Amino acid sequence: MTIDHRQHHLNSVRAALSVAVYPLQWLVNLPGSTGQWFRESLSTRRDLQEENAGLRTQQLVLNTQLQKLEALEAENMRLRALLDSSFQVGKRPMLIAELLSVDMDPYRHQIEINKGSLDRLYEGQPLLDSQGIMGQLIHVGPFSATAMLITDPSHAIPVQINRTGLRTIALGTGSIDRLDLPHIPTNADVRVGDLLVSSGLGGRFPPGYPVAEVVSVEQDPGNTFSTVEARPRANLDRSREVLLVWPPAITTPASAPATPSSPATADSDNKPGGDTAP
Amino acid sequence: MNLTRHHGGIFIVLSFAAAMLLTIVPLPDGLRPLRPDWVTLTLIFWCLVLPYRISVGSGFVAGLLLDTLNGTLLGEHALSLSLIAYLCVRLHQRIRVYPMWQQVLMVMVFLTLHQLLTLWIDSVIGRPMPSPSYWLPPLVGGLLWPVIYQLLTSLRINFSIQ
Repeated sequence: MTIDHRQHHLNSVRAALSVAVYPLQWLVNLPGSTGQWFRESLSTRRDLQEENAGLRTQQLVLNTQLQKLEALEAENMRLRALLDSSFQVGKRPMLIAELLSVDMDPYRHQIEINKGSLDRLYEGQPLLDSQGIMGQLIHVGPFSATAMLITDPSHAIPVQINRTGLRTIALGTGSIDRLDLPHIPTNADVRVGDLLVSSGLGGRFPPGYPVAEVVSVEQDPGNTFSTVEARPRANLDRSREVLLVWPPAITTPASAPATPSSPATADSDNKPGGDTAP
Repeated sequence: MNLTRHHGGIFIVLSFAAAMLLTIVPLPDGLRPLRPDWVTLTLIFWCLVLPYRISVGSGFVAGLLLDTLNGTLLGEHALSLSLIAYLCVRLHQRIRVYPMWQQVLMVMVFLTLHQLLTLWIDSVIGRPMPSPSYWLPPLVGGLLWPVIYQLLTSLRINFSIQ
């Protein structure tokens, strides 16, 4: 039966069982959510006004940045059209889900969210927060879904170093603030502070979203690969709201034809030059 | 026993539900590795006290629900809880007459067995070895056994669950 599950035949059973345990999860979540409800409904008028003003300024700033982004996006598309590149920037449908405050196995980095297949979630769907990529869904029930975070020891995400365009894989380590990048050659150009963005290879995660920031690089000339560690950008242990992303409406596999579908081998190319760097 | 054979089953279910609630209640980070296996403890108790009602089948169902709650491989906890239920039912006449400290030791053995089995399945499917704190819950669970035993016994007597 355990083997059976590896071939994903038991997903429907798990979905049914998740309905059975949902009341328990709801019950455990109840104190937290009522506490939040009380806090919101009992906060004073002045607090709300202050918060409102703060949000207004923030929105203004964000809107200004968005204008610049739109101009850049248009320019980028124009340049790519000149190069005949088949790159697509689509508006991706999004949905905000909330975490259920339940504890899972302490040795797995998994979270439970309060949306399920009734909201058209699907297995393997990427999960983001305001800072970066958090993880992907692994089990979807009708009312709730389980997501695996990028720091789970059995998780790997294809990434790209934003500065140089070097592609590699970031593995989870089991500690909430560390990712491992084991496939970076010693002569590769990696520095502390480099931003890792998702590369979109593998077709699971949307390309171009921030994933992590390099915090330590250890280049030992005796070894083939350098030891690189990164810290996830997303607030994996602090966010309460998460963002679920769907692929853009025109679902052409934009990144698939570029490389054969084995992102594990994509680490071997050295610096592809500075052409992709801004 | 013949007339009132099945009595108070709802309380058994409720005790399992409470154990599952305690399993997923959020704890502060420092206490998380110490959380005992509430469901296993409850299962051991009922297997010792009512071996003719609660045994392998109940352990299996409880294990499946626990798998869903924990997000582990479906069947992982089910297998190990069924095994523990079997052992408990098998040994219940002996364990019942043990003094408390000896019962605590037995319970610790069962809980360690549970951890060992889940660890074994986890490593078969290629998950890395967890930190040494993985072995703390059986100790905590064993130390909590007298309390749980008293609590569930009083529940059993008050509601005359047979």
